[in-house]
Amino acid sequence: MLLFVVSCNQNGPTEKTVSISGPNKQLPEQIDFTFHVKPILSDRCFKCHGPDKNAIEAKLSLHTAEGAYAALGEHLDRFAIVPFEPAKSTLVGRIFSEDEAEMMPPPESNLALTTYEKEILKRWVEQGAEYKTHWAFDAPVKPEIPELDASWGATPIDAFIRNKWQEMGLSASPEAEKTLLLRRLTLDLTGLPPRPEELKAFVADDSPEAYTKVVDRLLASVDHAEHMAAEWMSVARYADTHGYQDDFERIMWPWRDWVIHAFKENMPYDEFVTYQLAGDLIPNATKEQILATGFNRNHKITYEGGVIPEEYRVEYVEDRTNTFSTAFLGLTMECARCHDHKYDPISQEEHFELFSFFNNLDEKGLVSDKNEIPAPYLSLTQEDIDGVLAFVNAPENTTDQKAKTIDVMVMKDMSAPRDTYILNRGVYNQPTEKVFPGTPDRILEFSDELPKNRLGLAEWLFDEKNPLTARVAVNRLWQRFFGVGLVSTSDDFGNQGSLPTHPELLDYLAITFREKAWDMNAMISLIVHSDTYKQSSKLTPEKLEIDPENKWLSRAPRLRLSAEVIRDQALAMSGLLVKEVGGPSVKPYQPDGLWKETTGGGGGSTARYVQGSGSELYRKSMYTFWKRTVPPPSMLSFDASSRDLCTVKTPQTNTPLQALVLLNDPQIIEAARGLAQQSLHKNNTLEDQLEYLYLATTGSLPDASNRKQLTALHAEMVDQITRKEVDPETYLSVGNSKVESSMQNTSFTALALTAHTLLNLDQTITRS
Amino acid sequence: MSEKKIIDERALLLNRRSFLGKSAMGIGGVGLASLLGSSFLEPNSPLSAGAASPSATLKGILDGLHHPAKVKRVIYLFQSGGPSQLELFDYKPLLNKRRGEDLPDSIRKGQRLTGMTSGQDTFPLVGSQFGFKQYGNNPAWISDILPYTAKVADDICVINSMHTEAINHDPAVTFFQTGSQQPGRPSIGSWLSYGLGSENENLPAFTVMLSRGTGRPLSQPLYTRLWGNGFLHSLHQGVQFRAAKDPVLYLNDPEGMNKSAKRSMLDHIAALNESAYTDFGDPEIQSRIAQYEMAYKMQTSVPDVMDTANEPDYIYKMYGADAKIPGTFAANCLLARRLAEKDVRFIQLYHMGWDQHDSLPSAIARQAKDVDQASAALIMDLKQRGLLEDTLVVWGGEFGRTNYSQGTLTADNYGRDHHPRCFSIYMAGAALSPGFTEKPMISDTTS
Repeated sequence: MLLFVVSCNQNGPTEKTVSISGPNKQLPEQIDFTFHVKPILSDRCFKCHGPDKNAIEAKLSLHTAEGAYAALGEHLDRFAIVPFEPAKSTLVGRIFSEDEAEMMPPPESNLALTTYEKEILKRWVEQGAEYKTHWAFDAPVKPEIPELDASWGATPIDAFIRNKWQEMGLSASPEAEKTLLLRRLTLDLTGLPPRPEELKAFVADDSPEAYTKVVDRLLASVDHAEHMAAEWMSVARYADTHGYQDDFERIMWPWRDWVIHAFKENMPYDEFVTYQLAGDLIPNATKEQILATGFNRNHKITYEGGVIPEEYRVEYVEDRTNTFSTAFLGLTMECARCHDHKYDPISQEEHFELFSFFNNLDEKGLVSDKNEIPAPYLSLTQEDIDGVLAFVNAPENTTDQKAKTIDVMVMKDMSAPRDTYILNRGVYNQPTEKVFPGTPDRILEFSDELPKNRLGLAEWLFDEKNPLTARVAVNRLWQRFFGVGLVSTSDDFGNQGSLPTHPELLDYLAITFREKAWDMNAMISLIVHSDTYKQSSKLTPEKLEIDPENKWLSRAPRLRLSAEVIRDQALAMSGLLVKEVGGPSVKPYQPDGLWKETTGGGGGSTARYVQGSGSELYRKSMYTFWKRTVPPPSMLSFDASSRDLCTVKTPQTNTPLQALVLLNDPQIIEAARGLAQQSLHKNNTLEDQLEYLYLATTGSLPDASNRKQLTALHAEMVDQITRKEVDPETYLSVGNSKVESSMQNTSFTALALTAHTLLNLDQTITRS
Repeated sequence: MSEKKIIDERALLLNRRSFLGKSAMGIGGVGLASLLGSSFLEPNSPLSAGAASPSATLKGILDGLHHPAKVKRVIYLFQSGGPSQLELFDYKPLLNKRRGEDLPDSIRKGQRLTGMTSGQDTFPLVGSQFGFKQYGNNPAWISDILPYTAKVADDICVINSMHTEAINHDPAVTFFQTGSQQPGRPSIGSWLSYGLGSENENLPAFTVMLSRGTGRPLSQPLYTRLWGNGFLHSLHQGVQFRAAKDPVLYLNDPEGMNKSAKRSMLDHIAALNESAYTDFGDPEIQSRIAQYEMAYKMQTSVPDVMDTANEPDYIYKMYGADAKIPGTFAANCLLARRLAEKDVRFIQLYHMGWDQHDSLPSAIARQAKDVDQASAALIMDLKQRGLLEDTLVVWGGEFGRTNYSQGTLTADNYGRDHHPRCFSIYMAGAALSPGFTEKPMISDTTS
């Protein structure tokens, strides 16, 4: 029957930053285990000769020196690797063999080595076959900062970046134009574009502190907090429904409001994470700390009659375990559920040791009543919302009724922890050996001093010796500003992940983050103050040739804006954006019938999409109601994560469906009209109006040729209207906001069509 | 230039090597892929020169297959809810003889039941209310409620030995569409789009159509995540074709705007994007220009393919009266054939309503009537056009149903609960032996 690709990896194909293949590549003089050898061994050999004890063939394991140098065969007279002696190393003989019965990897594995790769392994053996431990599992060491040059790059970041260029023959790009720089900064920090007036003021401000003043202003804004929270919602797989079958509504938005609050307060990262992991276990925990633990309840929960509750309860615990590992450790822990990890030093036993931290809730696998809130939950009272939880934006109809509470799922351990067992093949009803809370030894042993609960786990995470926590966090921050992390696989720091392009910079940032007491805004400020960040994104043919992927950052990347930001910036430009913070999720425009045509009739409030009204249509996209089984389609077209699983990295695609959304979504057409109105109110001449539109959408002042194009575009639209190809009254009535009838004239309609056109430009949906 | 960029981008993002490294089974696990052909973009195609020539005729990530491919496209007629094999394809006369007897322990062997019947005191066996006859040269048993399917018995291959692990709808459907019971992975159509690319310039490689059955109009939901791209590029998302004002989401121009105005708008977008390209030199801008052209083409190609007005009467007769009602299974089958003609790689239909826990005899008769004629017509129609040779048609649901009655068994009424361990589907098309019936190796439903 049909076969499917089944793999234990949930994160999928990922890009390798460091290429190791290529037919005509020169062999390096000195072979480096980490950069040259291990990627080959891990990719082609570890499957049968790696960390998974149960999969080892011929008793040979190649992931440690001890295993690789060991005597093999019946008489213990053969060796896979004899350092300095390729002739005595059967590994070398077997990889060069052309005999199908002999060759490694064997033909049926569909794995093969290139000649270059074979030569690398041979030379490595010749040079002594030295093993090094996996870089990411050794604690970072503060590197020496390369020498600075007065001509360019005032910060340590720049010194590390420039240091690599010398090897590559690259040099810095000039600083970006001021308007584009401000647009980049504002979009990156707040998810909203700068207003044309702000752009002009920034251009006019020649003072040396101008840039810093903007950075500080933006970092202090609630927009910044919301923008940070929007990313965290993806990491935390936040949704407004339970995610299976009828997909009933759930209330988790107070947790989301807490996340915004935490970012607004610039809560240190260690505290931010500790509250979410173990707020309930902090002595004398406040309701705020308990509410934060909703993080671990954002997973899907089934209400489908007939499932075996324990099977699903185990799934929930797995989800927490894997989310913890992906989000905070950059580890693919899910690969060690059914067997020892194939590539990383994580045994199945260690997987379940970690699992045991999250296994102690008195929770149901199957919730049978659709009105039941899956326990444990926290009841927020009016008193809480008036006091310690003032950041929760409770709707009025809740606050009016004093007795009514808002119940939010949170973490709460049972008084006696549940026994945890290794599950054979990861199956819920096949327990084998009993295990106790613990962490993978190779990462960092779980100290006996620590409490054996989630609070102890949080302490372990922020132990100075933990090699991953700080690196993974700063890498994700880097990814925000450069599109790709210093480790491009921000979800995998293990053996199959990418190697860091700038390992010293990564460690410098990781240690600095800790030294700055995990101050996230301080790290952001550090990054955006670097000359690396401020470079122009213009591409020269040489740069494209030497560094097509922009790994070495001798230019700023051009990044397509996220699904949320594309919609939000259109609303912001139009003046329609309603900047209310937090509260229940809302239902903006969505094509008719999408929920109805897939519902089975169950689902209650999620069976039919009832579009919101008034301000609900114009809130930021992070507040759009997320039905997990039928997510908002325009968001999915722009690569929003589905919220099924923890996602730390989203691709940026370029598809025709995106064009259709920007051309025809009423939200965009209505926003274009609002933008045209703004332009009309603020400018007297057509020329100024067009300039305003261009500046608002692209962040650039039009040059002479652009001005011609804009004038031609507007004239063409006037012509189309005159020829009745556009009916102003109908076109101007798209969306719920109304236009005065006096505006239904040719010139305003043409201006609206012009704005509509400009909202579709590549420059508009890209931050340069 | 633009296409090369798209291809390069895809290759960069999702290169084959890291894919192999990441998946435990490696590419050897893509058994289906070896059944499928792939056409690759010719390097010197005229499309690769012009900047504004978009193309979805994109090379997949695989650069070759291990065996010659027999199939170019798949039509998956998914019957959602769990159709009862016992009333459709799996002839079990002994069940009729032993009607009302309690399911013996020697058959059940302690196997898992759903929470919906595990509390029943007795499990009375019940055979099909409908008769069965044998059809075709290599006689296959087919139920009397599938008279049209019976006529194509020689073209289909019935498999009565299907088995799946999941016993509830969501995990079972999710498994059939993604290979995993838990949501989050790409659907099968997305994998094919990713692996083999597209053969049509103007239509998506993976299309989806839904219909609601009359057997149980309000029953089990569907989820758009079933045709989601999971962790793959959103280019591989299934694109829903709907019987709605917008046949594809956001396809129609805004009201009050004619084609000429839209064309003019697109020309200006392209010109301004060209200026930006001159300024920034980013090849992604060229790709954007190409995608806008593709969107424009879809505005014509999608309505064209969905406009069945010119189909001759004999075609409507073949597919049945429902084929004229947009959004029905029959109308979707006709559209499936039109999409197959356009070389759309993966055409996914869902027909809801096969979840007969009670009142099974009357409900399944209606449900069968919804799909019988059009399913058979689709196979005949593909055959008469020479398309069946390289199309794989799959007809089936996420699991089967129990041999005992759920609820009270009366003279003319019974229900059946979910049963994943033995159920039936059928397939048709070139890669298969037509007229072949695969019987269960070990039957647990008393034959």
